[in-house]
Amino acid sequence: MSRLHTIFRPGHKALIAYVMVGYPSVAATMETVSRLAGNGADIIELGIPFSDPLADGPTIQNSSFRALQNGVTPAVCLDVVRQIRQRKITVPLMFMTYFNPVLNYGLREFCRDAARAGVDGLIVPDLPPEEGGELENAARQEGLSLVYLLAPTSNEARIRLVSRKSRGFIYSVSVTGVTGARRELPENLGTFLKRVKRITRLPVCVGFGVSTAAQAKQVAQMADGVIIGSRIVQFMEAKDGQKLDNFIRSVRKALDSLK
Amino acid sequence: MQPDKRGYFGNFGGRFVPETLMPVLQELAEAYHKIKSDTAFWAEFERWSHDYSGRPTPLYPAERLTEHCGGAQIFLKREDLAHTGAHKINNALGQGLLALRMGKRRIIAETGAGQHGVATAAVCARLGLECVIYMGEEDIVRQALNVFRMKLMGAEVRAVSTGTRTLKDAINEAIRDWVSHPDSHYLLGSVVGPHPYPSLVRDFQSVIGKETREQSLEKLGRLPDYIIACVGGGSNAMGIFHPFVKDTVVKLIGVEAAGKGLATGEHAATLLAGRVGVLHGAKSYVLQDEHGQILGTHSISAGLDYPGVGPEHAYLKDSGRASYVSVTDEEALEGFQLLCRTEGILPALESSHAIAYAAKLAPKLKKKEIIVVNLSGRGDKDIDTVARAIGVQK
Repeated sequence: MSRLHTIFRPGHKALIAYVMVGYPSVAATMETVSRLAGNGADIIELGIPFSDPLADGPTIQNSSFRALQNGVTPAVCLDVVRQIRQRKITVPLMFMTYFNPVLNYGLREFCRDAARAGVDGLIVPDLPPEEGGELENAARQEGLSLVYLLAPTSNEARIRLVSRKSRGFIYSVSVTGVTGARRELPENLGTFLKRVKRITRLPVCVGFGVSTAAQAKQVAQMADGVIIGSRIVQFMEAKDGQKLDNFIRSVRKALDSLK
Repeated sequence: MQPDKRGYFGNFGGRFVPETLMPVLQELAEAYHKIKSDTAFWAEFERWSHDYSGRPTPLYPAERLTEHCGGAQIFLKREDLAHTGAHKINNALGQGLLALRMGKRRIIAETGAGQHGVATAAVCARLGLECVIYMGEEDIVRQALNVFRMKLMGAEVRAVSTGTRTLKDAINEAIRDWVSHPDSHYLLGSVVGPHPYPSLVRDFQSVIGKETREQSLEKLGRLPDYIIACVGGGSNAMGIFHPFVKDTVVKLIGVEAAGKGLATGEHAATLLAGRVGVLHGAKSYVLQDEHGQILGTHSISAGLDYPGVGPEHAYLKDSGRASYVSVTDEEALEGFQLLCRTEGILPALESSHAIAYAAKLAPKLKKKEIIVVNLSGRGDKDIDTVARAIGVQK
C-alpha cells in the first residue's frame, strides 16, 4: 500500500504539485521539491521528459524539451527520487510521463526500480485503461498506484471503467484541452465533477488549467484535491524560489480554509 | 486483415491517447463501422472518386523504363494523375464524406510533404468544411508550392515550430488541437495513429489495390509478381498491398527512406532500423533512442520523413507477408531523373524511392515477370529540392 492513502482523509483537500525533472536543472528540481514539500504540498509529481508530449501545452512542452537537452533520462529521474528520499523528504512522489519511455525501459523493470527508489505511483496520460493491463500488473506487484485520467468527454461507461481501474485517486482533467495555466476554469467543471463523484468512491483530483489560489479553492469545493503543474513550471522558469514558496503557501491556505 | 476489437494487428496498433480522445475515437469507430456496410455511402464515395478525383487511375506500362532496366516488365499505378496530384485524395475524400455524415463541420489535418494537406484542403473546399492544417516549419520551406495551394483553397495553414519541425510535430500539434476541439474531425493522412485510423485510412486507400488487381487481370491476364511502394507512414503502400495480401504469389515490397544511409543514423527507415514502441497513439515500430525518446529523422522527401510507421506494416513485416527495403536520398534522386528521362513523368520524391528500387530489382528478374510500382504522387512540388540537390539551374 503506497503512501498515497494517508493523504486523502475527511476534511483535508490534497495539494498535488508537478515539476519537470531537470528543468531548468536537476539541482533546481531538488530544491523545488524541498520547497514544495516544506510549504504544504501533499503529493509531488515528477515529470519524466518525453520528446513528444502531446497532452501538454507550451509551458510543459518547453520544460520537457529543455530537460531532454539537459540529458535527463528515466535513470536520471530515478536518481533524483533516491536523492530526495536520502534527504528524508517523505512526501508521496509520483512519476508522470508518457508511455513510450516506460515501455522502452521495460514495464516490470521500471516499476521495480521506481518502487525501490521511493516512488509511490504513476500517471501516464497517453495510457487509457484499455491499454494499461500490463502496467497495472507490474505496478501492483511493486506496490505502486497507477492513476488513470478522466476528461469532460468521458461518458458514464468510461467513468465506471476508470473508477474500477485507477489506484490511489482519479486524475480529472478540468478542460477538453492540453495542460497549461488558464485564466478561467471551464463553466461545466461542476457538472462534470458531479458526474464523476456520483459514480466513484475514489478521491478525485483536478488538474489542467489550475493556476491561482482562488481557482484551487473553487475546484477543491467540488473535488478532493487540486493538481498544479504549468504554474509551478513557470515559477521554476523565473528561478524565484521565494515567489514559489509564497504561491504554494497561499494555495495551501486557500485549501485549508475549506475545512 | 481486420484488426481485433481493440484495434490490434497481431501485436501492433491499439489506442494510446489522452482520455479526452477515447470517447471521440469510439464514436469515430462506430460511425465507420456503420458506413462500412452502407452501400449508399460507398456508391457516393465511388461517384466522387470518379467525377472529382478522376478515378480509376491508369495501370501504365512503362516500356522505356523497362527497356532501360532490361529485365522484368514495369507497370506504374498512376496515382500521380489523381486530382491534387497524389493518392492522398482517396483518403481525404472518404474521411470528408464520413465527417459530413457525423455532422462535423471543422476538419483538422497534418501534412508533411503537403500532399495530404492539399487533398484535405480541396475536399474541405468542395464539401464546405472549415479546414485547419498543421505543417512543420521545415516542411513549409521545402514545400512552399503546396502551402500556397492549400491557402488558395481556403485552408488555414498553421506552422509548427516545436521539436523537429516536421511531420512528427505537425501530428503532435494536430492531436493537441483535437484534444482541445473534440467536436472537430481529425482527418489523419496515413495508416498510423490510434484505432480506427490504420484500418479506416487503409480501406479508403485500398481503391488503389482493387483497381490494380482488376486492371492486371484485364490487361495482363494475371496478377503481378511484385508490388513495390514507398513507405513513410505507409498509406499508399497499404492501399495497394491490401487487396493482394491473400494472393501469396504476389510479393509485396515496401521501400523506406534510407536518407544519407542507414549507417549514418540520418534516415527514416522505421521498419528496418526501429524498435517496437508507442508513437501517436499506436504501438508499432518506432525510431527511438536507448531511453525511448523519439529520434529526429532525415529524408530528402518530406512525406517519408517520419519516425513511425503504420501498425499493419509492422504486422506484415513480422509475419513475413511483406518485405521492406530502403533506398537512399541519392538513389531516389536517380530514380526521379530516370523516370523523367525515360517516361516523361515527374514522380514525387516519395514515389521516386519505389521507382529506384524497381530499377534495381528489374534487371535481376526474368522478362516475363511483372512489377507494379505505385507511383503515389507527382513531383512538381519537389522541383526546387531536386534542383538544389542535383545542381540544375532553373
